[in-house]
Amino acid sequence: MKTINKSVLKHLSQIKPEFNFLHSSNFVAEGLLDSFDVIHLVTVLDTEYNISIDGIDIVPENFSTIASISKLLIKNGVLECT
Amino acid sequence: MYNNLVDCFEHTVHLFSNKMAILDANSKLNFKQLRARAMKLAMVISNNKKSINKPIAIFLPKSNDAVVAFIATLYTGNCYAPLDVKNPMSRIIKILNKLKPVAIITDTKHLDILKSYNLDIKIITCNALPQTPNIPYNFNYKNCIDLDPAYIMHTSGSTGIPKGVAISHRSIIDYINWAIDAFTISENEIIGSQAPFIFDNSTLDIYLMVFKGATLHIIPEQLFVFPAKLLEFLETHKVNFVFWVPSVLIYIANLKLLSIYKIPSLKKVLFAGEVMPTKHLNYWIGNLNKDILYANLYGPTEITVDCTYYIINRPFKDNQPLPIGKPCRNSDVFLLNNNDELCKTNEQGEICVRGSSLALCYWNDIKKTNAVFVQNPLNNSYPEKIYRTGDLAFVNTMGEIIFSGRKDNQIKHLGYRIELGEIEHSVLSTFESIIARAIYDAQNREIVLFYESKTEIPIRLFRQKLAKVLSGYMIPAKYYKVDTMPLSLSGKIDLAALQKQFISKKKSLEMAK
Repeated sequence: MKTINKSVLKHLSQIKPEFNFLHSSNFVAEGLLDSFDVIHLVTVLDTEYNISIDGIDIVPENFSTIASISKLLIKNGVLECT
Repeated sequence: MYNNLVDCFEHTVHLFSNKMAILDANSKLNFKQLRARAMKLAMVISNNKKSINKPIAIFLPKSNDAVVAFIATLYTGNCYAPLDVKNPMSRIIKILNKLKPVAIITDTKHLDILKSYNLDIKIITCNALPQTPNIPYNFNYKNCIDLDPAYIMHTSGSTGIPKGVAISHRSIIDYINWAIDAFTISENEIIGSQAPFIFDNSTLDIYLMVFKGATLHIIPEQLFVFPAKLLEFLETHKVNFVFWVPSVLIYIANLKLLSIYKIPSLKKVLFAGEVMPTKHLNYWIGNLNKDILYANLYGPTEITVDCTYYIINRPFKDNQPLPIGKPCRNSDVFLLNNNDELCKTNEQGEICVRGSSLALCYWNDIKKTNAVFVQNPLNNSYPEKIYRTGDLAFVNTMGEIIFSGRKDNQIKHLGYRIELGEIEHSVLSTFESIIARAIYDAQNREIVLFYESKTEIPIRLFRQKLAKVLSGYMIPAKYYKVDTMPLSLSGKIDLAALQKQFISKKKSLEMAK
């Protein structure tokens, strides 16, 4: 698994340890993430990677899977192997 | 003037029967349809019995169905108590044990979970009702007086058991009639409802619809996670009135979304539930239409939503606090110092309230009721109750009230009112042999838990177990193990020392970065 994906998974499981994110195909539709979690996740990722995720990018499509969250990070300039 | 909420609703239905009343993601109802559905459900609840003033628990997601259930309950002359379907069942059971409702209204989706607890309470499934005869029915609300309870809202309790605040018809009528005049409300209002129905801010949304024929949009909760979609929703549905918690307004401001979404329909922005930072309000004012009305409202659940308000009528610097303003009509709000004397200008004191707005009681809890609904210490001549809020404030030289904090360990987080004691009780009952104390990091808007334990407990385990006993918004974000809790001279945990430890811990973490 790529390092960014791993890091995303680590944060997700810390925010919601009761869910297995590897078994879900859509976190939002399946209710794994609620509003507090997304706000929390954005704050954690912003701090960890020293980025500022754009409000217009906080849409369900970008938070539905580990791959989509990773893609959002890469769009914000996060590199592999950080 | 009407003295029962059902009479107010009947009047509105008469005037606007074909106008749109409420819309959620799945359905829409005009006033005539809303009335018909409420009446049908009311017949099933009443079941030809004559009893009134009994609590009916509503175990439904925020939806048109929930509003139907509220109004139906009022037709039966009983009072409704909304419960949060997202709460862990252990918390729901605690509430039900204290509330002792005569029935629970739910839907087919939530029926099984309720049944699995073998509660000795009648369960009514609102989307699978039995046939009712199509004949004129004598509803029990006609036997009610204005001091009878209309709803019971549950707030966090410091001993771990939520308190049920019972509010009368008279209090709601008094409050809504004030709001209608203060904000010139008409049937043209298109309301975008954010407040969960378990939170009393929703009273304003629902009853502006019931009293004036305004249209109520129940905004899908998910949109508050994704604010760009939320603002699109407001534009699409031409929403012109919102009464939201500052957390949502702050979230939108932080994401700088108002340079993209201008929400041309928006006319009135009201907020309450926690302190609104002036900086974020200034962002809203600076980026949207200049003719929008902004108002800061204040009040605890115990005095029916709000008892003071301030319509923003002058510019404020980012670092200047917004006043909570002046008392609402027919409310008296005053500050008492430690000697129970009226505070002078700029002197800090406890906010006390008198008025028709005062709750009837904490349901089934006379002791807690008598502790905060007390005789007015300024009046020795006749019985007169005031509510002591536990909130601190001062009055500035312009006669405006400025909120300045809490007397105790109650906090406001994401707009929710939380007793840190409820979190601590839940931690102690879940994890044996640890000592825990929760504090609020207001700067980062996070609940922090300190615990004394021999071994480190993984965050995963904390969150996993606490999710089974606490509401999501009550679960601490950070956990710190201490070797021994600092104690004060009286042998209690020394909160000030803990706060100090926390600040130094934060500093050392920042240095390490």
